[in-house]
Amino acid sequence: MDMTLPLLILVLPITMFLILGLCGMKMSHKLAGTLGTIGMGITAILAYTVAFTYFFSGNPDFVTAEGVRQQFEVFNYDWLAFTPTLIVQLGFLLDPISALMLVVITTISFFVHLYSLGYMHGEKGFQRYYAFLSLFTFSMLGLVVATNIFQMYIFWELVGVSSYLLIGFFYTLPSAVAASKKAFIVTRFADLGFLIGILLLSFFTDTFNFVELTSNPGTTISTLSAGGTFMGCSVVTWALCLIFMGGMGKSAMMPLHIWLPDAMEGPTPVSALIHAATMVVAGVYLIARMFPVYCLDEASMDFIVIIGAITAFYAAVVACAQIDIKRVLAFSTISQIAFMMVSIGAARPELHEGLGYMSGMFHLFTHAMFKALLFLGAGALIHAVHSNNYTDMGGLRKYMPITHWTFLIGCLAIAGIPPFSGFFSKDEMLTAMYDNSMFLGVWMTMVAGLTAFYMFRLYYMIFWWEENPHYKDHKPHDSSWTMSLPLIILAVVSCVSGFIPFGHFVTWNGEPYDIHLKMSVAITSIVVAVVAIALATVLYRKKNDVPAKMANSVKWLWTAANRRFYWDEIYMFVTHKIIFNIICKSIAWFDRHIIDGTMDMFAKVTQKVSYAIRGLQSGSIQTYVLWYFAGAILLGLVVWMMVI
Amino acid sequence: MDYSQFLTMGSELMLLVVFLIVFLFDTFGGAKAREYTSPLALICFSVMTVAMWLLPTNGGEAFSGMYYTSGIITVIKTILNLGVILVILQSVKWIDSEEAKIRRGEFYELMMVTLFGMYFMISARHFLLFIIGLECASLPLAAMVAFNKNQYESHEAAVKYIFTAVFSSAILLLGLSFVYALSGTGSLYFSDLATQVASGENSMLLVLAIAFVIAGFGFKLSLVPFHLWTADTYQGAPTSVTAYLSVISKGSASFAFLVVLAQVFGAAYSQVWEWMLYGLIIITITIGNLFAIRQKNMKRFMAFSSVSQAGYIMLGIISANVIGMTSMVFYILVYIFSNLGAFAVISAIENKTGKIGMDDYNGLHKTNPWLSFAMTLAMFSLAGIPPFAGFFSKILIFNGALESGSVALYVLVLIALINTIISLYYYLLVVKAMWISPEEPVVGEFRSSCYERLGMWLCIAGIVGLGIVSWFYTYIYDASMLDATTFFANLI
Repeated sequence: MDMTLPLLILVLPITMFLILGLCGMKMSHKLAGTLGTIGMGITAILAYTVAFTYFFSGNPDFVTAEGVRQQFEVFNYDWLAFTPTLIVQLGFLLDPISALMLVVITTISFFVHLYSLGYMHGEKGFQRYYAFLSLFTFSMLGLVVATNIFQMYIFWELVGVSSYLLIGFFYTLPSAVAASKKAFIVTRFADLGFLIGILLLSFFTDTFNFVELTSNPGTTISTLSAGGTFMGCSVVTWALCLIFMGGMGKSAMMPLHIWLPDAMEGPTPVSALIHAATMVVAGVYLIARMFPVYCLDEASMDFIVIIGAITAFYAAVVACAQIDIKRVLAFSTISQIAFMMVSIGAARPELHEGLGYMSGMFHLFTHAMFKALLFLGAGALIHAVHSNNYTDMGGLRKYMPITHWTFLIGCLAIAGIPPFSGFFSKDEMLTAMYDNSMFLGVWMTMVAGLTAFYMFRLYYMIFWWEENPHYKDHKPHDSSWTMSLPLIILAVVSCVSGFIPFGHFVTWNGEPYDIHLKMSVAITSIVVAVVAIALATVLYRKKNDVPAKMANSVKWLWTAANRRFYWDEIYMFVTHKIIFNIICKSIAWFDRHIIDGTMDMFAKVTQKVSYAIRGLQSGSIQTYVLWYFAGAILLGLVVWMMVI
Repeated sequence: MDYSQFLTMGSELMLLVVFLIVFLFDTFGGAKAREYTSPLALICFSVMTVAMWLLPTNGGEAFSGMYYTSGIITVIKTILNLGVILVILQSVKWIDSEEAKIRRGEFYELMMVTLFGMYFMISARHFLLFIIGLECASLPLAAMVAFNKNQYESHEAAVKYIFTAVFSSAILLLGLSFVYALSGTGSLYFSDLATQVASGENSMLLVLAIAFVIAGFGFKLSLVPFHLWTADTYQGAPTSVTAYLSVISKGSASFAFLVVLAQVFGAAYSQVWEWMLYGLIIITITIGNLFAIRQKNMKRFMAFSSVSQAGYIMLGIISANVIGMTSMVFYILVYIFSNLGAFAVISAIENKTGKIGMDDYNGLHKTNPWLSFAMTLAMFSLAGIPPFAGFFSKILIFNGALESGSVALYVLVLIALINTIISLYYYLLVVKAMWISPEEPVVGEFRSSCYERLGMWLCIAGIVGLGIVSWFYTYIYDASMLDATTFFANLI
């Protein structure tokens, strides 16, 4: 394959960033927005072309005669060649999951660009916003096409930086600043583990390259095993779990999930882009990328499943008790991402040819579409009523029909009602989990039921319940076409994308297979979802006091869930009371007195010596020549003495 | 005689042609046409640089081995050319001023003659040719230093320069005559002398000879304690000439120094000159830094900064291996862009306002944000802050020194690292003056000429791009790998 198109996919967004970033202030809002959107549109077209070529051209580089999809390095450029073995490369890897991600990222990013034209209309720093969006898209694209884990790490950090900039976009708002800082610090902390994991991995295997690491996973594992054990776990498990820690940070797995709900302080389209479709699935993508290696190490796979299962349940419970609609969606995202993690963690090559891997990626795709839809819908609602809380909404279905219907489709998709896309992917994931263990399957079915419940609770509270009296002064209405069009298209995609024969495109080893519904699982999950929706309908369709009474009867639970089970308070306690007070203060003392003291002494000595020898530079040429000659003679004599 | 041998000297011949074009144009062009001497020199020279780089290198010897050229030698010559282009870009404004414009042509001619000498210094493999090249590179420079002939400082600078230059040549020749006497073969070819150095033992005379040769080069490179002329000359010379002295003259001399040490005295490496350089590097970097801290005049400041940078360049020679050579050439390339970036700003401000004190830069960002930006990048790169080119060149040159694996060199790199911290202090003083100082700006708002802006943008591109695009380093590495045996065969 010619390398022009793939290269352009990366070059275009970064060029847009530079143009908008450097010259943006001189442009009008309209020009900057249009430019950014068109640039993104072209990138999307290019990405579609590349993905289409990869999946359908039948080129032997991409697919063998037997139909097995191959990994293909379009280009791989030696960037920093420190030594013959330690080479950092930059390249473009094309395989089923990277092609899939190219499509997902550019699609969502394009819609977010388009949507923001309306949503961010008239905001201060509009051009800056578009510049950051381009930077973020560039980083994310670079991450998914990375040919080696080091390149992935570089772009991983770039994603972190650009999401920091986007979350803190309203930099005059203290809460936004705090949220962006929190997101950056938490994910950066997780990346520390990621980096150590990369170092461990590459130290023993002598390579960063994904293809080399995953094409012979047995060799990778055995070279890693040579590292022995540390604190009861083998180096294999350490390396893989530490790498997973990076994924936990970006994908907001417990206990590193605390940044995501706060990150909702950013503009809503940003939440749709970052927190629905792209950055938060980076962790899932990372595990999928390294799956052949992971699946040979039971311990780390179990770790992934346990973390994922707990997170999924926890986030679903918390989502039931939130008032801010974006927070509900944020916790729903955490829960769904955890779903994917569990699915991939539960996959084994010997179980249905790694069904969990395929379904995890399938859900990543469908979830990206319907969650972006829900976030953008939430944006439209917030735009209309100028509040994030559903207590200020209610009865909106009459005023905002487009938003209402598309939001409903999103809710049905996430709840897993056929024929919407979420049903198909969730059903496959549950099948894989039941294959792995009965308990896991039941547990995750319960989470699916909770999902349906809280989503419809949200839906009814927004669109039914009781009309807010303020509507009389300020009548809410559907938004402009730039905001409605993405909603409609994403809704259509959410309706039909479940019918994609996903097993033909993305499987763990590239061998295609047909997927089919397992009736027992499908019926169970439909029944659970329908019951949950029915319950939500009964409770929240019309204004009544049953929900309040129920909440009051288990007040401690409701408060705890509303306060997210006090995770933030725990973190605050640990960081402020223990780390800052006890550890940091003593270190600060040491730094101020011992280290600074030493440095000050060095500085003083330097200054003194510098002052003392200034006479050397007397300005008299006789002295200069004398020094010159003395220096030459001395040089010879001293070395002569040494040689003898 | 086989006249086709001249074709081996392609780069020298091309330079000669450019020189003649400029010379004839300047002599017979008439007063009106002379206005265009600068663009003419610039264009001819740029064309020549591109041609030199693109034309295939006929590596090999000429005139029974007196002259030698190869891929890496063309690379270093091309790098020097790049530097000269940048110097021309920043000197146009000054040379076209009322005071200097009558001697406009002379400036370019002198510059090309010195460059011609440097080419021979690098390519010579016979001491006769070498000395001719060296003098050809030294003496016209004195005329360049004294170019502002109505100014007292310019005279002082030139006198100090010429006296020290003559003295250093004398020392160098004395050292060479010792070697000549030791060999007793009557040959001045590098290869013959190298055989002699390898077969004999390290006598007192040889050690002194090497010390004198190093001292001779020490003048051109401004190694401590042979650097004392540097500050006075740099300060008094016209800024463009200072820029030329600090990068082009230094860069060419470093490479020639490597050639002489490795190819003639290679056998005495581990016993003799490794230790001489060892000591010189430590005091050069340290003393250069200690003096730089106190400077209030930008040109004097840059003088001591360049003294200490020379110490880092020497690290590439002391490592005496291919990686060392590659990273030295790369360091020179990066140094050219960083240092000339700084000089571009200094000369732009001096041409406009005549101010060269560090205090004059206070609050510069308010009036001239782009100049401050360029200067900041240059300072960051000189200090070695990632991700600018200076960081990579420092890392790579340390890498070359560590490659040999000797403990002494590890210690040396550690000392160099500590000195980097000191250098950070004074480089950041400039940055602080420009961006943080609360005082009212001294320099008013002005627009630089298009030549100056082009030069600055090239420097910025180099500072940002050279490190990140590793192609440059790999390119130099490939070129030097091909020539590894020629350079380091004698080494023990």
